[in-house]
Amino acid sequence: MAVEIVDLCVNCWACVDVCPSDAISEGKPHMLVNAKKCTECEGDYADPQCASICPIESAILDASGLAINPPGSLTGIPPERLQHTMNEIQAR
Amino acid sequence: MELEVIGQANEASGCSSSGCGSTDDQLSHLPQQILDKVQNHPCYSEEAHHYFARMHVAVAPACNIQCHYCNRKYDCSNESRPGVVSEVLTPDQAVKKVKAVAANIPQMTVLGIAGPGDPLANPERTFDTFRMLSEQAPDIKLCVSTNGLSLPESVEELSKHNIDHVTITINCVDPEIGAKIYPWIYWNNRRIRGVKGAKILIEQQQKGLQMLTDRGILVKVNSVMIPGVNDQHLKEVSRIVKAKGAFLHNVMPLIAEAEHGTFYGIMGQRSPEPEELQKLQEDCSGDMNMMRHCRQCRADAVGLLGEDRGEEFTLDKIEEMDIDYEAAMVKRAIIHDGILEELNEKHQQKSSSMSVPSNDPLIPANTRPVLMAVATAGGGIINQHFGHATEFLVYEASPKGVRFISHRKVDQYCIGNDTCGEKESALDGSIRALKNCEVVLCSKIGFEPWGMLEEAGIQPNGEHAMEAIEEAVLAVYQELIETGKIHESNAELKAQA
Ligand code: SF4
Ligand code: SF4
Repeated sequence: MAVEIVDLCVNCWACVDVCPSDAISEGKPHMLVNAKKCTECEGDYADPQCASICPIESAILDASGLAINPPGSLTGIPPERLQHTMNEIQAR
Repeated sequence: MELEVIGQANEASGCSSSGCGSTDDQLSHLPQQILDKVQNHPCYSEEAHHYFARMHVAVAPACNIQCHYCNRKYDCSNESRPGVVSEVLTPDQAVKKVKAVAANIPQMTVLGIAGPGDPLANPERTFDTFRMLSEQAPDIKLCVSTNGLSLPESVEELSKHNIDHVTITINCVDPEIGAKIYPWIYWNNRRIRGVKGAKILIEQQQKGLQMLTDRGILVKVNSVMIPGVNDQHLKEVSRIVKAKGAFLHNVMPLIAEAEHGTFYGIMGQRSPEPEELQKLQEDCSGDMNMMRHCRQCRADAVGLLGEDRGEEFTLDKIEEMDIDYEAAMVKRAIIHDGILEELNEKHQQKSSSMSVPSNDPLIPANTRPVLMAVATAGGGIINQHFGHATEFLVYEASPKGVRFISHRKVDQYCIGNDTCGEKESALDGSIRALKNCEVVLCSKIGFEPWGMLEEAGIQPNGEHAMEAIEEAVLAVYQELIETGKIHESNAELKAQA
């Protein structure tokens, strides 16, 4: 069982610093989780540490491939609202 | 390297006495040890900030809180908002870069770490950098900005270095208000949301502030003014942080546009109007008024000499440079002494011969004040091309004299998608930054901006290039009066109201 970092990652290093298993390393073009090392923080912490500090929604997926921090959960911006505003901007 | 020096006594350069000058009462809220530091510090004087410069290195990408005015997603070189990742350096690279710049630009005296995340949330990267610089370049002072969450645990380490000052961003002291600014914090291995998170952050900020001032470390507090959220509350913040010994409280405007993708931007939170900001800044500065002009150093070192020299210090170029820092330090010390001597002289001349232009018969006492913006790359003179200005200094000319009001940044934004296409033109940004100013003084200006400025009701003026700022502002004010361009006197304005 392991989490996965996907290409939404902005390489802010926050997860690398807090991982108790030393499972995250710099990769190109973004940070990568070593699935062999990742414990999902079991035994160390209640929550996976990387996903508890990561500022980017949907950048980290759980073992079943679901975003641990889904859209809207970190910024507080309702996803519909974000989409609407982005469409407006693109249409300018 | 030659320094630009103003060769003439600053006779009519009117800091109206209410606006500047460090009398004891204006600082009376400060504890003695802080007071001593501020008063003896060469950089906290009005002139010094034209001469000394600081630079920032981005070694701290991680952050431990989320602010509603920040979006960590955008990575765009056109960005100037805090919190945006640009070129992140390793501590080794950062130290190399700092030494290279310091050896080539002796005015660079302060090195700051401000991000792009929170420096104290990257303790290893931040403190490795500080440690190496304290050893290898002891003539450089260090400064650091933080959201305060990890501040208490960092004070001990900070006090070991050559720290000039610490800047804490404090937007509130009330957790209910905090919950509207900070959606979450990372604390004790958990993400903590809402009021609970804000409460912890506020406690840490206040504790850290107290610990620093107790040790005699200078603390500056920055606040972001968010209309309808914390604007009224900031007066209380100001009172509290001053009581705890912060030597400067600096209120900055929220910058929120939908294209930034921030919570405030997307949700339509408005930014303050320049006049609202100025009013609040005045309310908050109160007895700290004299230091408003001083942001420690006005420009980043790379731009201080009037041209952008960033290109000279890219990583590969630095790699090839062989810097003998011992030798550079000797040279730097001589140049710094020269600057200080010059400043001292100016200071003496000023106190002995300060003429307040209100004595000038040309300026009737009821003439209304005028705001003017200045493009300068440092040295206290008008020496920057309008199109190169990334910020303007705003001065107020009135019958009482000329006084510095604020710095206004020119913000350029991009929409942040892959192509980074729709960049707002720099010109729009500049014109927005100049709101309420009637004149902009610069060394040169292009044809297109000239027209657009005039259309916006701002008179461009390139006639005072290479002149001392305050004298030029005064001269333009007198000219406006003589040519009848200032129609309404105070009395008329009042009558209209
Ligand atoms: S879940 Fe825990 S162990 Fe796995 S990468 Fe994240 S922080 Fe490391
Ligand atoms: S915390 Fe998130 S955004 Fe930052 S490096 Fe890790 S995965 Fe990437």
